[in-house]
Amino acid sequence: MKTTTAALTALALLTGLGAAAADPLKIGMITTLSGPGAGLGIDTRDGFMLAVKQSGVTDVEVLVEDDGQKPELAVQIADKMIQSEDVGVLTGIVFSNLLMAVAPSVTAQDKFYVSTNAAPAALAGKGCNPLYFNAAYQNDNLHEAMGEYANRDHKTMFIMAPNYPAGKDSLTGFKRYYKGEIAGELYTQVGQTDYAAEIAQIRASGADGAFVFLPGGMGIAFMKQYAQSGSTVPVMGPGFSFSQDVLGAIGQAALGVKNSGQWAKDLDNPASKQFLEAFQAEYNRLPSIYAVQAYDAAQLILSAHKTAEPSDTEAFRAALLKADIQSPRGKFSFNTNQHPIQDIYLTEVVDENGTLTNHIVEKIFSDHGDAYAAECQM
Amino acid sequence: MSPALLVEQLLNGLQLGVMLFLMSAGLTLIFGVMGLINLAHGSFYMVGAFACAAIAAATGSFWAGLAASLAGAAAAGVLVEVAIIRRLYDRDHLDQVLATFALILIFSEGTRWLFGSFPLYLDIPPLLQWAATLPGGLQYPVYRLAVIGLGVAVALGLFLLISRTRLGMRIRAGENDREMIAALGVDIRRLNTIVFALGAALAGLAGATVGALQSVQVGMGEPVLILAFVVIVIGGIGSVRGALLGALLVGLVDTAGRFFLPRIAGLFVPPAEAGLVGSGIASMLIYVVMALILALRPKGLFASHA
Repeated sequence: MKTTTAALTALALLTGLGAAAADPLKIGMITTLSGPGAGLGIDTRDGFMLAVKQSGVTDVEVLVEDDGQKPELAVQIADKMIQSEDVGVLTGIVFSNLLMAVAPSVTAQDKFYVSTNAAPAALAGKGCNPLYFNAAYQNDNLHEAMGEYANRDHKTMFIMAPNYPAGKDSLTGFKRYYKGEIAGELYTQVGQTDYAAEIAQIRASGADGAFVFLPGGMGIAFMKQYAQSGSTVPVMGPGFSFSQDVLGAIGQAALGVKNSGQWAKDLDNPASKQFLEAFQAEYNRLPSIYAVQAYDAAQLILSAHKTAEPSDTEAFRAALLKADIQSPRGKFSFNTNQHPIQDIYLTEVVDENGTLTNHIVEKIFSDHGDAYAAECQM
Repeated sequence: MSPALLVEQLLNGLQLGVMLFLMSAGLTLIFGVMGLINLAHGSFYMVGAFACAAIAAATGSFWAGLAASLAGAAAAGVLVEVAIIRRLYDRDHLDQVLATFALILIFSEGTRWLFGSFPLYLDIPPLLQWAATLPGGLQYPVYRLAVIGLGVAVALGLFLLISRTRLGMRIRAGENDREMIAALGVDIRRLNTIVFALGAALAGLAGATVGALQSVQVGMGEPVLILAFVVIVIGGIGSVRGALLGALLVGLVDTAGRFFLPRIAGLFVPPAEAGLVGSGIASMLIYVVMALILALRPKGLFASHA
């Protein structure tokens, strides 16, 4: 009996050793799954998990935790994941202020961070890091595209964004390309839900267009109130203000609004069609750009893992940089600051058999990088 | 800056004010009668909005949704009062804060479980979906005028209820001395439940009317709850009259701040920074006002007995 036990123990130990030799890749996903921003986090998680599922790999484990959109919580989770769960790559944060709290500490502990959305200017320029990759864009990009578009028919623009880092990046990005006159520039409170005072100012400003960056619930509130105000000044915005997660709640008020994105569901390439079909089959809803970005982030991590382990930072980084993926966005490569170089499109909200969604109107930027890459020394 | 724009901002301030009044009236009544700090009041606001959106989507009628918001929030109020809040009246405020904070989390995640994480669609009724031309050529959304009207009607109704009815008499008596009216044979438990349900129903009504203007989503109640607390602290905790005045004051000051401060800042700093500076100060303006009022009148504008 004793010998059997001993043999079994030895066997168990040996199998334990065997498992240790082929350690699965642990990916820590910290994203916002509760609170007002949860819709974005859920699309992020679902897009990511779809890519993991499609890859068919079995040696990857994704730990998902909710940050509740709280920076201090995100930092705690990141530390726990790194120190006690031994994850090799972190990902998933939606909001820039959370990423600013987490990314520097992750890279300082020699772990990779691949961003699925948040892309503050501070991490794209002087603060860039070899272990930090962004699979989405740089925060300014979609706003820059709208600035370029506004040049065509708008002589004076009223511009508005929430008063937080991504809001400032937004208006900076817009103004970088817009050459006309700015009739008014307004920062609103984060989480503000009543825009009557601002709408009155848009109308009174005499601008012939309004550029509005208000993600999530803020954008829903603004668009509904704007539609009732009787204002005839056309509104435009970056894709975040009119992404799939909020269109249903805005309703007809969003119809015809011009916005920008690196992907829309009618983008014509095989990867996009395959992704759209698979996402709808899996989750029974249309994906937002957040889902696409997370899908690509997962593809990037998995592609790198084919050749290297994250513990071998040099090799893993080199493999990530190749960006050897089939992105639904089409062309996708990394800039010198490890942020995407990609096409950016003008999109328009359309009614597709009762469902509001975005269709591509035209390409605004080809192979667009960002304004901060030159400041990045790696 | 035209007079029409000023009038428009004044109306905006009024509309924000009466909406805050709907929220804070219940909060202050509950505190006045039961001595309870109810952090979960914002959850009733959310329940009202979700009930309205769900029923409006199912029946196609905003008005049915509005009725559902009153009924749903009141029912949630009764349920919470009987099951949980009742046990907290004799505990200290810290226990109440802890328990009602837990209720916020339960309501939020419960709502997410039922309705999902994405915002719901709720539009204003077609009847009110146009902009009226006011004297002076100002275009103003009729729905916002209707919200102002609703707020005034509720304020009047509450005033009559409290000053002219038997229930109101009991509420006033309950505010003064809970033990005594219980000793006089009034069923204080039932009174508590009724007041709690009334407060919850008002919050639900606010959630539904505002939900049609804004977005119906999980967590929508908490920002409003913070403003409602500012309102009742300014107005004097427990005073409905104070809540009305405080709500209008907060609504007007907040709107005026968002409108004037960026312009005033523009006189001192370059235009690009004026927006940032102005909106930064505007966001804290109501708290500055609250601090000033508390410095002058530590118990608020209309301090109740206690």
